[in-house]
Amino acid sequence: MTTRTLAPRRARGALSLLKGEWIIERALFLCAALSVLTTAGIIAVLAIETYEFLREVPVLDFLTGTEWTPLFSNQKFGVLPLVAGTMLVSSIAMVVALPMGLLSAIYLSEYSPSGFRRVVKPVLEILAGVPTVVYGYFALMFVTPLLQQVFPTLSGFNALSPGLVMGLMILPLVSSLSEDAMRAVPQGLREGSYALGATRMQTALRVVVPAAFSGITAAFILGVSRAIGETMIVAIAAGQQPRLTGNPFVPIETMTAYIVQVSLGDTPQGTLEYRTIFAVGMLLFVMTFSLNLISTWLRERYREEYA
Amino acid sequence: MRKHADLIFQLVSLSALVIALAALAALVFDIVSDGAGRLSFQFLTNIASRKPEEAGVYHALMGSIWVIALTGALALPIGVAAAIFLEEYGSRSRMARFIELNISNLAAVPSIIYGLLGLGLFVRLMGMGQSVLAGAATLALLALPVVILSTREALRTVPNSIREGSYALGATKWQTIWNQVLPMALPGVLTGLILALSRAVGETAPLITIGALTYIPFAPDGIWSKFTVLPIQVFNWVSRPQPEFKANAAAGILVLMVLLLSMNAIAIVVRDRQQRRGRI
Repeated sequence: MTTRTLAPRRARGALSLLKGEWIIERALFLCAALSVLTTAGIIAVLAIETYEFLREVPVLDFLTGTEWTPLFSNQKFGVLPLVAGTMLVSSIAMVVALPMGLLSAIYLSEYSPSGFRRVVKPVLEILAGVPTVVYGYFALMFVTPLLQQVFPTLSGFNALSPGLVMGLMILPLVSSLSEDAMRAVPQGLREGSYALGATRMQTALRVVVPAAFSGITAAFILGVSRAIGETMIVAIAAGQQPRLTGNPFVPIETMTAYIVQVSLGDTPQGTLEYRTIFAVGMLLFVMTFSLNLISTWLRERYREEYA
Repeated sequence: MRKHADLIFQLVSLSALVIALAALAALVFDIVSDGAGRLSFQFLTNIASRKPEEAGVYHALMGSIWVIALTGALALPIGVAAAIFLEEYGSRSRMARFIELNISNLAAVPSIIYGLLGLGLFVRLMGMGQSVLAGAATLALLALPVVILSTREALRTVPNSIREGSYALGATKWQTIWNQVLPMALPGVLTGLILALSRAVGETAPLITIGALTYIPFAPDGIWSKFTVLPIQVFNWVSRPQPEFKANAAAGILVLMVLLLSMNAIAIVVRDRQQRRGRI
């Protein structure tokens, strides 16, 4: 390596210099490796506690049970109501975030003048940077009362309002990742389409979006993963009643909100009830981590396609 | 006909953006109209109280400042070191590729999972208890991927000729990095750090999970102190049934937003200075 060729006169100092360089490189490597240790730490902590939990609750009862009442005297450990709650809110969020995120990405990438983009993108970033507890307040105090005027049967805590607000929170992520994917589509494809007489809409929908499809899918999957893991909006506005339902008007509880509920309570550490949060956390981690991996893989693919 | 369809589609796309921005405006308007009336100097200096009109955010604000300062102190050196390794040393090795993939996946792990990690590792295994240190360590792990990614980008903007010039003068690799590359990348590094911290300051779920308390009768006086933070205080107020506390929650959110905006303003100023220096 050229960097280590030193002038002969400095040869004696050079040895200790090289040693110092070697130590520094190792130390830097350790800091980088800390991220791998973090992942390992997450898996270890969750796995140990989940193992202890599953020694008392059969895994099938946990994964397929339809009643979740660990904090009551008649304990049932079926996680499905929490999963259903999570899925319900996340689906509502994605119904908002996907079409709106995609449309705004199309507008920003295919239609908007660049000055408009420069103003709008930072504002969208603000939307992504608002603390989630603020969105929770907004869902509970503004959106729910507003929706109650349209749907009088809507309960004070429900899945609909946090779902809509969560969609708003995820929209910038979906929009900016989709826009990146669309901008990576070579200009030549667009020009070819225009040359054949296509309008901008036809070009956007039939050329650019299909060409950027894997990137857009990656954005969508990352959005789902974010929705599943989102905590404060649902902890504030969705309620604390685990319920196996698809009805967005009644109180439910998500996996994340359950973890918050137990953390705030006075459940003693080391008990079975306490371990439930790690078991639920493990499930949450497995779900989001696999979605993240799929998303990374898809993004790599579109990068290769047009690199 | 086709022209009409195109125009309609353009309007529909634009309306998606407009709806999102209108929702943001509604959010800001709602919180300001609910909370501005409660905001006063006393609100900043009073401590949490059972009487809504006497309650303030002093302990929570102090807790947030303690936790964020310590988070920055932990995340900055580790994040920068990791970024230097990945960008300057090992960018082509298989190990570095693996670490990179791992970091981008960690960035998308839900924050509440970090809370469970902090609870198992820092609070219980390492015996830190529900201290400022445990909270900051948890948030530092959460902030690390962002710090690493932004530092790498900052390092990438330093032209290679600077490194080659330094080598030509006989500097070692580390001397080059420490004396030439890092100072040039510093504004970018700091911008990334501030943005990562401004995300961490709004984090609620991981701190609730490690057991940060919702009511604290004192401000933290050290890293072993128990603590609460602004978003947890807001959450606590939102969850109370009395409407007076909702106004407190909105006012607490306003304090939090001002804190966030000032952090972002600092980041913008730093970035701006860097760009001006780059032009010279």
